[in-house]
Amino acid sequence: MTADTAPILTVRDLRIALPEGADRPFALQGLDLTVHPGEIVCMVGESGSGKSLSAGAIMRLLPEPHVHVAGGKIIFEGEDLLAKTEAEMRKVRGNRISMIFQEPMTALNPQKTVGWQIDEVLKLHMGAKRKERQAHALEMLKRVHIPDPESAYNAYPHQISGGQRQRVMIAMALSLSPKLVIADEPTTALDVTTQLQILKLIRDLQKEDGAGVLFITHDFGVVAEIADHVIVLRQGEVVEQGPADQVLNDPKHPYTQALIASVPDLLPPPPKPVTTLPVVLKGTGLRKTFAARGGLLTGKRKAVVAVKDLSFELHQGETLGVVGESGSGKTTVSRLVTRLLDADAGAVEVDGTDLLACTPRELRGMRKHIQMVFQDPMASLNPRKRVVDIIAQGPIVHGEDPDKARARARDLLELVELSPAAANRFPHEFSGGQRQRIGIARALAMEPKVIVADEPVSALDVSVQAQVLKLLADLRDRMNLSLLFVTHDLRVAAQLCDRIIVMQKGEVVEAGFTAEVFANPQHPYTQNLLASIPGRTWTPPYRKTDAA
Amino acid sequence: MLIYALRRLLQAIPVIILIMIGTFLLLKLTPGDTVDALVGDMGGADADFIARMRAEYGLDQPVWVQLWRYMVKLATFDMGQSFVYEQPVATVLMDRLGTTLLLMATSLSLAFSIGITLGAFAARRAYSLTDNLISTLGLVFYATPSFFLSLMMMLLFSVKLGWLPVGGIKTIAGFYTGWDHVVDVARHLIMPTAALSLIYLSFYLRLMRSSVIQVADQDFVRTARAKGAGETRLMVHHIMRNALLPAVTLFGLQFSTLLGGSVVVETIFTLPGLGQLAYQSVIQRDMNTLMGIIFLCSIIVILVNFLTDLLYARLDSRIELS
Repeated sequence: MTADTAPILTVRDLRIALPEGADRPFALQGLDLTVHPGEIVCMVGESGSGKSLSAGAIMRLLPEPHVHVAGGKIIFEGEDLLAKTEAEMRKVRGNRISMIFQEPMTALNPQKTVGWQIDEVLKLHMGAKRKERQAHALEMLKRVHIPDPESAYNAYPHQISGGQRQRVMIAMALSLSPKLVIADEPTTALDVTTQLQILKLIRDLQKEDGAGVLFITHDFGVVAEIADHVIVLRQGEVVEQGPADQVLNDPKHPYTQALIASVPDLLPPPPKPVTTLPVVLKGTGLRKTFAARGGLLTGKRKAVVAVKDLSFELHQGETLGVVGESGSGKTTVSRLVTRLLDADAGAVEVDGTDLLACTPRELRGMRKHIQMVFQDPMASLNPRKRVVDIIAQGPIVHGEDPDKARARARDLLELVELSPAAANRFPHEFSGGQRQRIGIARALAMEPKVIVADEPVSALDVSVQAQVLKLLADLRDRMNLSLLFVTHDLRVAAQLCDRIIVMQKGEVVEAGFTAEVFANPQHPYTQNLLASIPGRTWTPPYRKTDAA
Repeated sequence: MLIYALRRLLQAIPVIILIMIGTFLLLKLTPGDTVDALVGDMGGADADFIARMRAEYGLDQPVWVQLWRYMVKLATFDMGQSFVYEQPVATVLMDRLGTTLLLMATSLSLAFSIGITLGAFAARRAYSLTDNLISTLGLVFYATPSFFLSLMMMLLFSVKLGWLPVGGIKTIAGFYTGWDHVVDVARHLIMPTAALSLIYLSFYLRLMRSSVIQVADQDFVRTARAKGAGETRLMVHHIMRNALLPAVTLFGLQFSTLLGGSVVVETIFTLPGLGQLAYQSVIQRDMNTLMGIIFLCSIIVILVNFLTDLLYARLDSRIELS
């Protein structure tokens, strides 16, 4: 590649110390990396691997003095960054090294216009007149392909979409042609189709400018899409690094192999002959509009159609995936079928009884037939209750003997592969993956006919995600569960779902067996979604031997 | 914008009507009426005279008739006659309004500006000695009742040191004009303002401190740092602008509680304001004046809340008035 040119950034034996009482003394132990001009170096690792802190160290933006650099060297264009004063660093930041952050929602100041915020970088480093700066900012907005740059220049961040906000961040980061761009999970919060556009944009602009990019991500799909060179981190230590091709297709370290094996591959299960099985959950003509609010005395809000005319059937023992991007109405579907939200029209039949026509008293009885697993394992468990009580609460409410319910709760913990000792602890004592297992046990406690899972693995690291998915698949097969599985992640859907429904703007655009939809998508929207999966051309070399 | 203002005006009318009906009925529940108080002042009168006086003031009618009559008059902005001052209520109120507004405006703006500055200052040095000092001071102000503070200040600055006048709005025999008058009034207002504003100052201080700490931790502040912005720039353009929003909300809310607080302070410092008038009207059962004060105050509070909303919309670009 560009090994003959001088590197832009060299990091040698970087160590970052954590405050006393942290789970380990060093967040980062002996990081070595080199970024050459025109090269994209991907730093991959799960949460807590220290990848974001290393970016903070290079920018000298660590939350000092609690977290500080304890040793090593950071050489940027021949200058030692660690030896610079704060005032000197301020001249480097945003000018010669710039950063793109994860959350385009919160990374921009909500009270300043887009133009003002781009202008701020120029004002700080460019030293040009106001007119020139504005022309330059507009030029940058054009380069990141924002439609109508003039109006975007005067817009506030909340007036433009998430993808556009990330484009603004990129315009801001690249506006002074920095030598090094650090991108910290820049596409994690975006929809797949937007993610692909943004990745392409970063790659194109970086090629034009010849900048080096240090790209931080947890997603091997993204790595496959963009990386030239890959560094794999675990718990602050580099376990493997090398050219992208080699690390992705021939990983040497067992941890890298395990991580790559956890990436759900894009091979859906063969179609099950499910249509002959009895229907346990049936939705007909579901419709939900979030009504326009207000009138004479209050402010008006436009009506939003979240779901229009949705019908589906879920058979015994089947997994039906509902996929779509944000705003497609997939989460509303999960709330409608559980009647956590009242539909405007339609019927939801659980075993032949219409849930939506139930009286409140009947509804309480029906609730036990349909249970949910939620997205955020952090927020969906009551922090003041012990695990055993969380799990046993449902059955107790439905009239089971408390002692029996608790005993069963302990059995369920075993079923979701947690130790029975977990029963008497509180949710915060568990990791995200373990908490999601508790959430699953809670749902199973009611012995429901249907489980509705709303993005149950989205908040988890890949390796944990793979375990939870495997558990779900296991339980489904052993207990003949019927799952309605809502997800934005097509890889996850491919791995678990027998059939899928693809939603766009509240409407079903395509439905069918997962394998068939993936192999031969009919609707342009589905085609676009599938074409946007990061790293879709790359097949992980390590398959889980016991794949679901 | 104009439509928004009109709608707010429309919304205000039922609110005011409800307030007036509520207070009217509440006041009627208190034992004794104006005639009792007047007769008590006179040292007694015969039953025939009392009955004639009741009829004259319309107090012999059933409560709902009295209420209806009062509301009909109020609809034409006629607040009736004060029984005690024997003047139209409007005249009595306008005489007193200036003093109260002056006291409230100075107290609230002082509390707001000093509280915010100290709060922001403490937040930037969170958990340091400076922060602890400021926070403790805030806690002390917060915990001290204003009447106690007033009396202690009086004791120290007026009785012991003799620096400041004990009460009143101006030196009665002074007949100052021009700047001398301004200085005189200001000297009289120092202690009441301090007594009234210190508690509110501590509210702003605490709110601002937590708000700044919270905003300073947000992603866009990190973005600004990564752009190479210095600390001053961060504070002025990124942190303060966002941290001020909750303080502005509190500003509107506090205006109404401040009106209540001024009753105590005006009475202690014998300031001829609405608060003192309210206190005396209650003692003398001067129903019309009392109702007038409440009417005026509710209008002021509603107006201030409207202005706060406008200010908020101006400060927060995400809010749109519609």
